[in-house]
Amino acid sequence: MKILVPIKRVVDYNVKIRVKSDGSGIDNANVKMSVNPFDEIAVEEAVRIKESGKATEIIVVTIGPEKAQEQLRTAMAMGADRGILIKTDTPIDLGGVEPLAVAKTLKAIIDKESPDLVIMGKQSIDDDSNQTGQMLAALLGWAQGTFASKVELTDGVINVTREIDGGLETISIKTPAIITTDLRLNEPRYAKLPDIMKAKKKQLDVIDPSEFGMTYTPRLEILKVSEPPVRKGGIKVANVDELIEKLKNEAKVI
Amino acid sequence: MSILILAEHDNSEIKSATLNTITAAIKIGGDVHVLIAGANCSSAAQAAAKINGVAKVIKADSPNLEHPLAEEIAPILVALAPAYSHILAPATTYGKNILPRAAALLDVQQISDILSVESADTFTRPVYAGNAIATVKSSDTIKLITVRSTTFDPVSTEGGNASIEDYNASSASGLSTFIKHELSKSERPELTSAKIVVSGGRGVGSSENFAIINKLADKLGAAVGASRAAVDAGYVPNDYQVGQTGKIVAPDLYIAVGISGAIQHLAGMKDSKIIVAINKDEDAPIFSVADYGLVADLFDAVPELEGKL
Repeated sequence: MKILVPIKRVVDYNVKIRVKSDGSGIDNANVKMSVNPFDEIAVEEAVRIKESGKATEIIVVTIGPEKAQEQLRTAMAMGADRGILIKTDTPIDLGGVEPLAVAKTLKAIIDKESPDLVIMGKQSIDDDSNQTGQMLAALLGWAQGTFASKVELTDGVINVTREIDGGLETISIKTPAIITTDLRLNEPRYAKLPDIMKAKKKQLDVIDPSEFGMTYTPRLEILKVSEPPVRKGGIKVANVDELIEKLKNEAKVI
Repeated sequence: MSILILAEHDNSEIKSATLNTITAAIKIGGDVHVLIAGANCSSAAQAAAKINGVAKVIKADSPNLEHPLAEEIAPILVALAPAYSHILAPATTYGKNILPRAAALLDVQQISDILSVESADTFTRPVYAGNAIATVKSSDTIKLITVRSTTFDPVSTEGGNASIEDYNASSASGLSTFIKHELSKSERPELTSAKIVVSGGRGVGSSENFAIINKLADKLGAAVGASRAAVDAGYVPNDYQVGQTGKIVAPDLYIAVGISGAIQHLAGMKDSKIIVAINKDEDAPIFSVADYGLVADLFDAVPELEGKL
């Protein structure tokens, strides 16, 4: 079995982002960039499947700038076998390469690589759309197992336990299929130094999106990006009695 | 102009987030139609027909729609789409799973998780975990949108008298099969629509200790939530999680107990009307968003609060 894992270069989740004062977007010059956390979980799951003997090759693919090779190398240090960068200078966080365009690009890669399974994050922590996996499944006519917290491979079908609002749901999906990862699927490993060194020698192909006839013209025009309304802190109360008094008489919520 | 709502339901009742989604549709303007895709779902369809502001209910009643599989429901939306300017779904795990599949089949760039309607083609939505708000204008001829329920009031479940039209769904695609549900059973109100939420964090310390959170919640008729740290530590099931990657809540009163206030947690509750924080660390970030902060040991303060209410 061949597994494809699409990943994304995003602002590290620990970085406190700043909205540009002209409202045109986020200031991400000189901030730490990382693999989208949900995608790290996807890489980890693929590596575990390969370690269990059920997969032979893991390909990681990303769409982004030249520097997105760093994130491919990180995934290869975790255990992916080779990487593909679809190189573009169009912004990948907001107002540039959108989920539908990503899904179309990934479909072109899949037509060429013919993986049996695609594992990817349920959403990227920049645009927060939560669309690409479902869209890719639609374009391919494949089954989708979204928001996965457990994945069990058997012959020809995969049992996926999904995190849904009321609890958990288990579905059985036919392969080839798309799985999108939720937080509790696994805990990604830290790559060890020898693996990081080895990853530098792994194959990494850089492809221009025009090779698939892709151009990235956004459908959603970003009119502005603004700061959310700031919530001001209130007061400290001295004890439980004062808290109850405030909730009853000032806030009137109990 | 007509707007189609993909209703979330359990074949007998309409889920509350659908009511908030209808409010968003009314703000866009136009006739509101509701799709009930299910199996033996007449009661749900009848309930939808009574919702205030609904002009028509489309009922797709078929065995392969008993459970909401995206592979089965998305083609129905695609078939109905030509008659509509907008298709809206709640931004719950139900809507998030199904709508993008329909959007791709229609070659539409979906707009996720809208917070407000600026005009028929322009909406605001949170990005970067709600640390920025983007105003986006769609150039697609039909707009597919998921709606954040906490920023729109629910419409009334009474007052409507819509017609119910049958839609013949095609047979199962065979791509995906439902196996089982493991749903959390609770007498408490649903987390995302509760008026009061009591949440516990890592400070609660154990699954057993969560009993004091539950007790306070029961006294207040509140739902129980948790931070990601508490969920990851196994104190409570994962559907309790409030935050960027969990549930988004905006109750009248949110009581955060033993929660430090990580950015991803704040993203899920900072639109609550009143926030109370109880934490023994006076420098915890949660106090910067709390209307009322109590610096105290939660094991003393929470039982005392419960006892005095």
